[in-house]
Amino acid sequence: MIHSLFLVNSSGDIFLEKHWKSVVSRSVCDYFFEAQERASEPENVPPVIPTPHHYLISVLRHRIYFVAVIQSEVPPLFVIEFLHRVVDTFQDYFGVCTEAAIKDNVVVVYELLEEMLDNGFPLATESNILKELIKPPTILRTVVNTITGSTNVGEQLPTGQLSVVPWRRTGVKYTNNEAYFDVVEEIDAIIDKSGSTITAEIQGVIDACVKLTGMPDLTLSFMNPRLLDDVSFHPCVRFKRWEAERILSFIPPDGNFRLLSYHVSSQNLVAIPVYVKHNITFREGSSQGRFELTLGPKQTMGKGVEAVLVNSQLPRGVLNTNLNPSQGTYTFDPVTKLLTWDVGKINPQKLPSLKGSMSLQAGASKPDENPTINIQFKIQQSALSGLKVNRLDMYGEKYKPFKGIKYMTKAGKFQVRT
Amino acid sequence: MTDSKYFTTTKKGEIFELKAELNSDKKEKKKEAVKKVIASMTVGKDVSALFPDVVNCMQTDNLELKKLVYLYLMNYAKSQPDMAIMAVNTFVKDCEDPNPLIRALAVRTMGCIRVDKITEYLCEPLRKCLKDEDPYVRKTAAVCVAKLHDINAQLVEDQGFLDTLKDLISDSNPMVVANAVAALSEIAESHPNSNLLDLNPQSINKLLTALNECTEWGQIFILDCLANYAPRDDRESQSICERVTPRLSHANSAVVLSAVKVLMKFMEMLPKDLDYYGTLLKKLAPPLVTLLSAEPELQYVALRNINLIVQKRPEILKHEMKVFFVKYNDPIYVKLEKLDIMIRLASQANIAQVLAELKEYATEVDVDFVRKAVRAIGRCAIKVEQSAERCVSTLLDLIQTKVNYVVQEAIVVIKDIFRKYPNKYESVIATLCENLDSLDEPEARAAMIWIVGEYAERIDNADELLESFLEGFHDESTQVQLQLLTAIVKLFLKKPTETQELVQQVLSLATQDSDNPDLRDRGYIYWRLLSTDPVAAKEVVLAEKPLISEETDLIEPTLLEELICHIGTLASVYHKPPSAFVEGSRGVMHKRLPARTGSGESTESPDVGTIAGGSGTETAPSIIPSQGDLLGDLLNLDLAPPTTTGPPPPTSGMQMGGMDLLGGGLDSLLGGDIGGSAAMGAGFGAVPAVMPASLNAPMGGGLGDLFDLGGGVGMPLGAYIPPKTVWLPAMKAKGLEISGTFARRAGVIQMELTLTNKAMSVMTDFAIQFNRNSFGLAPAGPLQVLSPLSPNQTIEVSLPLSTVGPVMKMEPLNNLQVAVKNNIDVFYFSCQYPISMLFVEDGKMERQVFLATWKDIPNENESQFQIKDCHLNSDAASNKLQASNIFTIAKRTVEGQDMLYMSIKLSNGIWVLAELRVQTGNPNYTDLEISVKCRAPEVSQCVFQCCEAVLKN
Repeated sequence: MIHSLFLVNSSGDIFLEKHWKSVVSRSVCDYFFEAQERASEPENVPPVIPTPHHYLISVLRHRIYFVAVIQSEVPPLFVIEFLHRVVDTFQDYFGVCTEAAIKDNVVVVYELLEEMLDNGFPLATESNILKELIKPPTILRTVVNTITGSTNVGEQLPTGQLSVVPWRRTGVKYTNNEAYFDVVEEIDAIIDKSGSTITAEIQGVIDACVKLTGMPDLTLSFMNPRLLDDVSFHPCVRFKRWEAERILSFIPPDGNFRLLSYHVSSQNLVAIPVYVKHNITFREGSSQGRFELTLGPKQTMGKGVEAVLVNSQLPRGVLNTNLNPSQGTYTFDPVTKLLTWDVGKINPQKLPSLKGSMSLQAGASKPDENPTINIQFKIQQSALSGLKVNRLDMYGEKYKPFKGIKYMTKAGKFQVRT
Repeated sequence: MTDSKYFTTTKKGEIFELKAELNSDKKEKKKEAVKKVIASMTVGKDVSALFPDVVNCMQTDNLELKKLVYLYLMNYAKSQPDMAIMAVNTFVKDCEDPNPLIRALAVRTMGCIRVDKITEYLCEPLRKCLKDEDPYVRKTAAVCVAKLHDINAQLVEDQGFLDTLKDLISDSNPMVVANAVAALSEIAESHPNSNLLDLNPQSINKLLTALNECTEWGQIFILDCLANYAPRDDRESQSICERVTPRLSHANSAVVLSAVKVLMKFMEMLPKDLDYYGTLLKKLAPPLVTLLSAEPELQYVALRNINLIVQKRPEILKHEMKVFFVKYNDPIYVKLEKLDIMIRLASQANIAQVLAELKEYATEVDVDFVRKAVRAIGRCAIKVEQSAERCVSTLLDLIQTKVNYVVQEAIVVIKDIFRKYPNKYESVIATLCENLDSLDEPEARAAMIWIVGEYAERIDNADELLESFLEGFHDESTQVQLQLLTAIVKLFLKKPTETQELVQQVLSLATQDSDNPDLRDRGYIYWRLLSTDPVAAKEVVLAEKPLISEETDLIEPTLLEELICHIGTLASVYHKPPSAFVEGSRGVMHKRLPARTGSGESTESPDVGTIAGGSGTETAPSIIPSQGDLLGDLLNLDLAPPTTTGPPPPTSGMQMGGMDLLGGGLDSLLGGDIGGSAAMGAGFGAVPAVMPASLNAPMGGGLGDLFDLGGGVGMPLGAYIPPKTVWLPAMKAKGLEISGTFARRAGVIQMELTLTNKAMSVMTDFAIQFNRNSFGLAPAGPLQVLSPLSPNQTIEVSLPLSTVGPVMKMEPLNNLQVAVKNNIDVFYFSCQYPISMLFVEDGKMERQVFLATWKDIPNENESQFQIKDCHLNSDAASNKLQASNIFTIAKRTVEGQDMLYMSIKLSNGIWVLAELRVQTGNPNYTDLEISVKCRAPEVSQCVFQCCEAVLKN
């Protein structure tokens, strides 16, 4: 099981270590640093590194490496999932997960880690259980604690710990009962030179914010549930009911949680919401290159495309660019060769474009690589897959809750090859 | 105010300040002080000096303070064991606290204190907690048993905690069940043969029920445990699968992958025509695809596992090619894995798409990735025959880009394509030749030279091309030099008239000016072949080469089966069996997929004992030293045998002789005259068949007889040494072949190894390691391979062994698992050592002791064996046996039978007594009878086998 954990910042210093079994010397991280040096980019450090006596499994989040040390055969996914859970918990507790935040709350961090893992076995990782055991730091509580001498460690056994609904605590009370659901879809796509789709898939999630008194039992049904053939549920969802009736039935956790995530695969036809016309050319022997880019909406179901941001890694040979955006602002970093164009909203009547020339190193040969264009965008009030919630019902409690559902589509890894 | 303030005050004199604060009367101040101490501890500062002061704060009602003190205790108890005892009372008291949180916390913390004295006190509270009314306490206590076992395994067994733990599998609370399973699994890892997790249909049912209700982590433990169960029939298998399938929709990817493991394993038992089998296959695809949308680290592990799954069951993901297309901002480790899977999934149906993608990747920025993409195109060509043409044209397009490393990779893979489809794509050779000058990597140069040599007859200026390489011959790497030598010889055999000068030039460069023995050897062989029997030379050098196939980069089926049983584990990430993790797994049981019931498909491992025959003419045959003289005679040259390492004297006579003979050979080649040196040709033909290992033919037995006459003086010399056998065929070890045997010389056990490099590159950095074994054999020193092992070179190494290594019973008893490492990879094999290696020199028992011991050992420990057809009288047998440290204590003749009483002592102190009966009266009756008695009856069989081997040699 998980032996030890080291937190390493971007400059390669270990700023926190925690051991659940015997103490492992921090020199074990030298193997990690070696791998880090070899990697060209911070994110290219391999996640599993063997050393003579241990294995190091790491994740990189918020520019901090969480390096777990294991000694025996442990499923690596188990370790990686756990590390992500640690990060999520820190973020939940401290708002951000940065070196400063962790150092500011080092005692809470230590208490949390101790509570999350016992002898390397996960103990309590559900946020609501942890919060009952160890209260998150707030300014108010710190002040109160200082005055009354009380502590931020719960005195009682968390109620959820052993019940059949470990994700929900008992005795929840709200004056305003509300349940909000956000259907967020991200589209990942690769579009080739000629504009045809090589692959496109949708990763969707339904995030919920439920503040309901007591023990509500909710059901959520969809207009078109057959879209969801590849789903991962929060443990609260009753799987049998879904299998039989395609209805989500669950007792929700209190607060924010991810109800389900789903995947609409490349085998279904996925509508591509924007198109790109591009013409990036270099001529042999000339120190100039042409750059033309036009964006336009495609299948958006009548919704506007907003927050459009284009970036592209231009070839190393490009010295500078002289471009003219029809709207928005563009920047080019001559060091990293990264071109960024903040377009904003696409107006279907007047399509945004970016045109101009690139200057190349004099005498250098024509660059070999073709830049890939990365596009980010948002479409409000629409889920690209067409998923629609039919109704939400509540049982088990008497009051009438306030319900709301929002849809949004975002670009995930949306790449256009040139 | 934040906790960062605790860091700021850590200066000199600080410890004293903290000490004062810890002893303060004010609760608040105390707590602050403990927090400061913890903060210092987290960043690795030594605050152990404060131990007594911190422990004093332990008796408090404040839960937070208590927890903090516990944290401190866990960290430092080891270094202050005596002080830690002070805390015991509080622990014991806390274990009785009415608050279950405190009871659990106390038992949990106690288990983390790795001090022997404390563990004694832990037993009673732990026993209570395991039966606590509160499930939270029980589940904590379950884990505590595993902790305690790690510290003192014997104690846990003596106290009967293991049974209590087994009972907890039937607990009413799923969380307790999950933790009990987790604890038992961890304990079982250090007892590979124990039956801790004795799974039966009832316990399986309990686990499956708990599976639905416990936490995600618990589900992982339960699923991993389920995977070890062997269902009785396909119906049970199916019902387990049905109950596990819902886990595929879990948000935790580790749960998903563990469920995939269970399904992949149990599926094996389902008949393929069953509807459910098809349904299950369909259900497996979506969760695997979903794993690829997770964080890159998760993707990486998922991809490594998918790589195994597509090799085992390609049908699952055959329609999902597109999800493996590479995004340009994927981390490099994800990109490379995706590429590998793309090739595995490539088929005629999707090859067009795949090729278009690969071509796209070949223009990316990252050099490693681009290279792998180009190689992938080559692998596609070899895998999907219909696509070969398109692949070749794609490669040609890439060569036109003139990007240096792309061109070089392309040439390397085109060479493979030529080998797979001979006489099909040679039209592209001209294009390849244009790029000759830009090649600067040895592999690409070697590949290009191979192509030129192989197709010399179609390339008009082949001689010029090869000659241009020859100019800098000595600056080339060995790989290129060897290739160049072979290519020029090929050229010569194809176009003898124009290239005579060239071939002489290269032969003299290789044989006279090179320090590399392989190059020299190969040079001599060609030289002699050409000079003595050019027809044979043609047959050898231009022999038909075995075709290469896509299978070469598939995982070997038995390993694949084992890895499928370990989906989701480190083994699956490294694609190595868990036994390879010498450090991590203390004892390993090889897991196998269950056999399919109903269908006749067998999962038996294919026989892989055959030795790789070398890759056609590319490997020069190895030479036996004795033949050197013979050759020298025949050639009228004063040559030293070619295996000596000093540079051969460059005499002009030799030059002349060589040329004369070459001329003669040339004539016969041109005239097609097959005659003259047929005998020599045959001699050469036989060369590759002789294994270097057979040089060490066992002669020990006979010698032993001679030496033993004088008593024990020269004995060790005569001990029986079995002939060397091939332990690791080159095919399985990327060209490294290992054969070997064991010997006992002067009381030292030696492992005698012959390492042969059959690969094309130099091997260095050899190391060896043994798995735990029955008699604790371990290398007594490092593997002494001082110089790098060049291609086709063979060396003999003797490795002294000690018997003080870690012990674990093996099956069979004398099995030894060995890992050998070199600069290329780590390889694993197992071999069996004759148990006579372990017979020590002082194994002669006193007569009285012998009699007493013989009587003392119960009769059921006695085993009888027969040795058939052994023409030895009792004295000869006794002498032979004595040479191997099997001592005759007494001899008796009864009714025409000689009875020899013998004793043996093993290196671990076990005595083996034996009685050998030899028929003296009847010469036709040649069977010997032997009875073996030992307190450890399992060694009898080994001892007998060993006696038989000794007597028959």
